[in-house]
Amino acid sequence: MKKECIAMLLAGGQGSRLYALTQKMAKPAVPFGGKYRIIDFPLSNCTNSGIDTVGVLTQYQPLELNDYIGNGQPWDLDRLRGGVHILPPYQTASGSSWYEGTANAIYQNIRFIDRYNPDYIIVLGGDHIYKMDYSRMVDFHKEHNADATIAVLNVSLEEASRFGIMTCDSDLRIVDFTEKPKEPKSTLASMGIYVFTWDKLRKYLIENEEAGGSKDFGKDIIPAMLQNNERMYAYSFEGYWKDVGTLYSLWEANMDILNPSNDLDLYDADWKIYSRNMSLPPQYIGPEANIQDSLVCDGCNVNGNVISSIVYSGVTIEKDVVIDHSVIMPGAVIRSGAVVKYAIIGEDSVIESDVKIGASKEETGSDTKWDIAVIGHGETISSGVSVAPGQMIPVV
Amino acid sequence: MIYNNILGLIFSNMHDESVSELTNVRTMGSILFGGRYRLIDFPLSNMTNSGIPEVGVITKANYQSLLDHIGSGREWDLGTKNGGLHLLPPFSHQKSGLYRGRIEALEGVLPFIQHSDAEYVVMSDCDVVTTIDFRPVIREHKKNEADITVVYAKHNFTNTGVGSRASTIIEVDDNKRVVSATINPDIIGEANRSLNMFVISRKILEKIVCRFAPEGFASFDKQVLQQNKANYKICGYEHKGYYEKIEDIMSYYTANMNLLKPENMQRMFLNNTPIYTKVKDSGPARYETGSKVENSLIADGCIIEGEVINSVLFRGVKVGKGAVVRNCILMQNTQIGEGAELHAVITDKNVKVGKDKLLTASTKNALFIKKNQKIEED
Repeated sequence: MKKECIAMLLAGGQGSRLYALTQKMAKPAVPFGGKYRIIDFPLSNCTNSGIDTVGVLTQYQPLELNDYIGNGQPWDLDRLRGGVHILPPYQTASGSSWYEGTANAIYQNIRFIDRYNPDYIIVLGGDHIYKMDYSRMVDFHKEHNADATIAVLNVSLEEASRFGIMTCDSDLRIVDFTEKPKEPKSTLASMGIYVFTWDKLRKYLIENEEAGGSKDFGKDIIPAMLQNNERMYAYSFEGYWKDVGTLYSLWEANMDILNPSNDLDLYDADWKIYSRNMSLPPQYIGPEANIQDSLVCDGCNVNGNVISSIVYSGVTIEKDVVIDHSVIMPGAVIRSGAVVKYAIIGEDSVIESDVKIGASKEETGSDTKWDIAVIGHGETISSGVSVAPGQMIPVV
Repeated sequence: MIYNNILGLIFSNMHDESVSELTNVRTMGSILFGGRYRLIDFPLSNMTNSGIPEVGVITKANYQSLLDHIGSGREWDLGTKNGGLHLLPPFSHQKSGLYRGRIEALEGVLPFIQHSDAEYVVMSDCDVVTTIDFRPVIREHKKNEADITVVYAKHNFTNTGVGSRASTIIEVDDNKRVVSATINPDIIGEANRSLNMFVISRKILEKIVCRFAPEGFASFDKQVLQQNKANYKICGYEHKGYYEKIEDIMSYYTANMNLLKPENMQRMFLNNTPIYTKVKDSGPARYETGSKVENSLIADGCIIEGEVINSVLFRGVKVGKGAVVRNCILMQNTQIGEGAELHAVITDKNVKVGKDKLLTASTKNALFIKKNQKIEED
């Protein structure tokens, strides 16, 4: 069954820099923005872009992720032809191997992709928060008769060495690409979103596999294609895009959506972000509640102070609690008198009465290194305990 | 566990006339309730949660919003191959049309009932909002070897509201047998009020319909519960859970307001017994700086800049800066302009209240504003 373009979503990474939050779940399954999980963004983008066939490559701690994706119905990806497919590594007659790198993961699924005989494939990551119309990128790819198109955005020079950085000619054709350069030559950074002409990529995947090495798009495939003078173009993206690979950036991305003028409009009826619904009653805001500059979701019971924070689904916040600049993940319970500032509280954690967690930069003072405080999923913090800014429980 | 020998039947239009303000544009079953639900979500979820695999929804008029809402029934887990959801609109075959009462409605769907091989039928209207497990009702029904089991609740009728005048009152003896049924009596004090939910053996149901419908008898309560109680073994089952019965616009108002008491909320929405509804994928509710919200139920997708006290806000409601909303029910996508003040107002969907508008009524007699109405500044 022919499809013009299918998406392959790399969701197998451990997300080790999210430490406590990814001990038992893959990074794309980490809750985000109140009622979402990170993977809702690329999945919704696919649906909204008219891409109805998505392979999700899983490997690390897939239970939550598999459960969450299910048959893909919340994203309209339960289709008769195509739809969402979970693709874990598998055993073959010649043995079995884990996904060794991003390119290897796609290589191991060549048979899956070939079934759809696509002209193009789009390769996505599961660790970014953004809204993007992939169909425009595919159009751009076609217009330029490209073999590969890489989505890019302008970053600051300081940040540039964390990304794959490229240089382009005036037609946006890529002339140089360096993965995480020490001395970046430009500030055009790869967003880890690639469109490939499938025949071309297929050939490179096989060659790269035979050559061994790191089997990675950024390190192997892109440089090899560039070396052979393949037609590679940069598609520049404007709008909100955030890598949520670290605890701080995850917290920051949550804070970004509180800003009413942020570019990531979660209320846009024409580009909805879909998510699996938990069938909870509406939120109840009690007589003692005081909520300012915050987002609160279904199933919450709030009777305390919530300032500049995001309260996810099914959270209980008792009276005399202060939640300030914090991210409270689904099902957490914050008991009376607790103070939570500049912190992330993981799913189903219980913060008992009068616990103090985190502090603002100003309160911390300049002599101590400030960072957000993090409580993992399913932890209980007993009454009276203090968790310092930057401290993480459990320690990973 | 799924019970393949039980068929569910929901009457979506029954009691439409009692809340004509709201049913003017929809069925009883599609009336919005509790911030994110429609009344039919409760019987549908109750049936699904009780393991009933096949549910027919009988409808008669104004059913576009109902069709929109329930779709294929997937959200209630009824989008299945075996059983699932069946919409039963009027004029679908020779004898189905605009029925007057339950027996005629059943006559209209008789082929559907006959086609089923279920042993028991669970019937429910949409006027009672509650979480009920039908499994113990069916167990009792079997144990009592009943033909019909009427679900009732004890209620203390006062002289306010419609109360008993909109209810069938039954008396049961020590063996749970219904000994009398009175329809809409004007009584005060405690009595057993029928919740318009029944378990009935399918064969008996077919016989009842075939016997009474041709004679022009439309009312099930009158014809069966009242006049033929000696010919059938009719038993009562007391539902002890929390419920609200919608009988007119004020009881609708009070039923919503009662959910603002956390203990009622906990009894209406039990743990592990979700009430399912259509998913809208709206963003989280947003509370802007300077907002004040107290003792209110707020659905996802609301944006609140002003003050909201003792109110129920459905999805996508916007309350502008400096606006004050007290003791109100604001249905989906209502927009309250800056500085407007509303007290004891029920707004239907998509109502727009302009800047600085003042709308006040009493909580004893709330003001209702029709769907899509725009109340602009003077």
